[in-house]
Amino acid sequence: MTPISTGSEWTFDLLDEYERAIREIAVKEYGLDVYPVQLEVISAEQMMDAYSSVGMPVNYHHWSFGKHFVSTEKSYKRGHMGLAYEIVINSNPCIAYLMEENSMTMQALVIAHAAFGHNSFFKGNYLFRTWTDASAIIDYLVFAKSYIARCEERYGIDAVEELLDSCHALMNYGVDRYKRPQKLSLAKEQARQEEREQYLQMQVNDLWRTIPRPAKSGGEHEPVRFPSEPQENLLYFIEKSAPLLEPWQREIVRIVRKVAQYFYPQRQTQVMNEGWATFWHYTIMNRLFAKGLVTDGAMMEFLQSHTNVVYQPPVTARWYNGINPYALGFAMYQDIKRICEEPTEEDRLWFPDIAGSNWQQTLDFAMKNFKDESFVSQYLSPKLIRDFRFFSIRDDDRDSTLLVSAIHDDEGYRDVRQKLSEQYNLGSREPNIQVWSVNVRGDRGLTLRHTMHRRRPLEAGSAHEVLKHVARLWGFDVRLESVNEAGEVEQTFEVKHLPEQLSLQSA
Amino acid sequence: MAHIIDRRLNGKNKSAVNRERFLRRFKAQIKEAVSKAIKGRSITDIDSGEKVSIPVKDVSEPVFHHGKGGVTENVHPGNEEFIKGDRFNRPQGGAGGGGGKASQDGEGEDDFAFELSREEFMNVFFEDLALPNLVKTQLMGIEEMKSVRAGYTSDGTPTNISIVRSLRGALARRVALSAPTLSELNEVEEDLDTLLESDDEHDIEVREKRKRIHMLRERLASIPFIDPFDLRYNNRVRQPKPTSQAVMFCIMDVSGSMDEAKKDMAKRFFILLYLFLQRNYEKIEVVFIRHHTSAVEVNEHDFFHSRESGGTVVSSALHLMKEIVYKRYNSSEWNIYVAQASDGDNWDSDSANCAQILSESLLPLCQYYAYVEITESEPQNLWYEYLKVKERCKHFAMQRIHSTADIYPVFREIFKRQPATRA
Repeated sequence: MTPISTGSEWTFDLLDEYERAIREIAVKEYGLDVYPVQLEVISAEQMMDAYSSVGMPVNYHHWSFGKHFVSTEKSYKRGHMGLAYEIVINSNPCIAYLMEENSMTMQALVIAHAAFGHNSFFKGNYLFRTWTDASAIIDYLVFAKSYIARCEERYGIDAVEELLDSCHALMNYGVDRYKRPQKLSLAKEQARQEEREQYLQMQVNDLWRTIPRPAKSGGEHEPVRFPSEPQENLLYFIEKSAPLLEPWQREIVRIVRKVAQYFYPQRQTQVMNEGWATFWHYTIMNRLFAKGLVTDGAMMEFLQSHTNVVYQPPVTARWYNGINPYALGFAMYQDIKRICEEPTEEDRLWFPDIAGSNWQQTLDFAMKNFKDESFVSQYLSPKLIRDFRFFSIRDDDRDSTLLVSAIHDDEGYRDVRQKLSEQYNLGSREPNIQVWSVNVRGDRGLTLRHTMHRRRPLEAGSAHEVLKHVARLWGFDVRLESVNEAGEVEQTFEVKHLPEQLSLQSA
Repeated sequence: MAHIIDRRLNGKNKSAVNRERFLRRFKAQIKEAVSKAIKGRSITDIDSGEKVSIPVKDVSEPVFHHGKGGVTENVHPGNEEFIKGDRFNRPQGGAGGGGGKASQDGEGEDDFAFELSREEFMNVFFEDLALPNLVKTQLMGIEEMKSVRAGYTSDGTPTNISIVRSLRGALARRVALSAPTLSELNEVEEDLDTLLESDDEHDIEVREKRKRIHMLRERLASIPFIDPFDLRYNNRVRQPKPTSQAVMFCIMDVSGSMDEAKKDMAKRFFILLYLFLQRNYEKIEVVFIRHHTSAVEVNEHDFFHSRESGGTVVSSALHLMKEIVYKRYNSSEWNIYVAQASDGDNWDSDSANCAQILSESLLPLCQYYAYVEITESEPQNLWYEYLKVKERCKHFAMQRIHSTADIYPVFREIFKRQPATRA
């Protein structure tokens, strides 16, 4: 076959042809299941715009996005940073951005990577299937943007901005980790919004309902716990129970919460998602080359940028900055494929169920049913641990020195694997903070509880700042207790709510 | 199959609002940073954007994250020499990466640096400065005329006929003259027909109807449907479009005592003023006058670059300026601003003379007169003479500049927005 193109310039016709060729390979030959694809050609400036609104094509306005934009713009103009080749949006149809500056080869790479790799991951992975609704997100953001804009008109930019600041501070604590969220839909949202607004406001009185409940058997004043169980979703709790919020404020809390929930799966599947997309662009480009559809030159260009993407600097390098998710993810999928196709003795011992199986089915299963944490603990092979020369370091503040706790040897494989998996566990990466109680009968103070994991304390400065935001949302005093494994309170932060507290900026 | 959409033509400034929000929020810090950036910097750079940095602490968004302490265990790639059980000292400056980018928002004393566009920069730069004496608005230069709608007239060219208005007038006239309508006529005619068709004898009625039809026809014919009298024309009048124009006189002493450094400071001051005027007037002309013992009008290059020597007679420049104003800049059409820079040297006998020319003939013509004295030594006689002028005239300002860093503060001082006292 003759190559689709030979030059480096792209045209719309060529994009279309490449897309067809790639689709042929991805869908027909390898059976990837994807959302319809929408490719959008954009300029570098637009790429920066997209960057700063967390990749979404529409979003509400907030200064923090402006800050993001300003710093992106600066580093791009100075040449400190290349822009990402692609941004892809988990929506249906799946929107992938192509930057006009890219060469034809790079566009093909991006199409394979984003429009087929990420796309099939979004459609297949259980976290995305459970937590996000690809067909509704854009509509929801349109709703959120116009709702917030209306609030700004009505209540002033400052009031809305303050509220958003506070919500953003708690964004990571605005997700349900276990309960499945409801589907979003623009029409439903709008229809329900007003009804909910009024209804919610009536509901708030729940906290101080005046009708006495029938006393329990004891009859004594057993202080009623509120909430009856600790709550992990701080924003949800605030939306439903903060006594003084206006209806529109509750709605905005809800919007931030929904957006946080939408991004929650992405934060848990970095290695898997990037690795998957990288694996597929690599496989597809090689297939294109094998079919004679791309030239040697294009292949060289592709390999050059591919190797850059999957490079893992060693810990000793000056520019070492943690584990490169592209490198690890790509290596793991390649490794699974290898175990399927050419298993060694070791592989048969470690992975008896997949050694020698059909690699496409095995990969598909792996992509669909895991997140980073479980993916690593399930599939990281001794060979990869050796290849990466992984080792783990234990830093105990009670010891004066650091300890190398495991390396790539027989004794250490499981250890390293378990620790790496733990490293991707959002639950242990982020402090575990939950709503503990509300002093319903007293000062209405809210108590949060941080359950310490391996004696790790909170960073005091930022914890104090965030608590100020919580106090602003809650409207009364807020306490935060760090509780150690023995159940004793080790550290307490407290913020008094001042009604006239207008600015949170410490300066 | 796939949709390919070219979005390049869509607006690229989607983030403009967010950017503006960002600037709005950190206005105070940005302002401080701008005035810091200005100090000692070449003023010509001001015209372009400016790099500004504000403390990271202020722009950070706090989130809960782990602090130091407790047990952390991280996996790293690229082991070279360690085996299990090795111990080594903590590296200085934080133990190993790990924990993602947790500390990104926490510590870090670095500044958050970014660039302001020219427009944004100028906004901050000239914020709460105002041109004093913008009273001359009624005397704006009249150059352009624009035609605006001004209702309707009863005469004009056929192309301008307003059909709606004309017909409305015609209808009103017909109603006023109680002209019958066609439908009225038709009605009677129909009645007549039915009468004729019926076999009964209705002679009287038929005659009545015929008479009425005849009368209606006559009246219809006698009152025209439209009359030249009804015609209305769209009216447009030409209104003078005020264009504000200003002329700025730069007067500088180039005598031997003004060295390069002083001239440079003067230049910066002039450019500041020029930029500032540019924001207020659409059209600005600049006249450069330099003087030692005699004054000449020169172009910009000569003004700043050529060197003269010799003594100083300030009044020569003032005379020349007066002449130029009378010749070219009629003060009823032009807003006149003057910036004079000198090191304060002057012939002793001339200073009193200068003050007199100023207060008698120049100041009445000017919108504003700013005098800056660039010197490190004691003020000389010119300063004291001018002080007297200042007491009498509100639109005369004078300040002393010692070093480059003073220029901006002095400029701000001179053009500080004043409480609206003058009507």
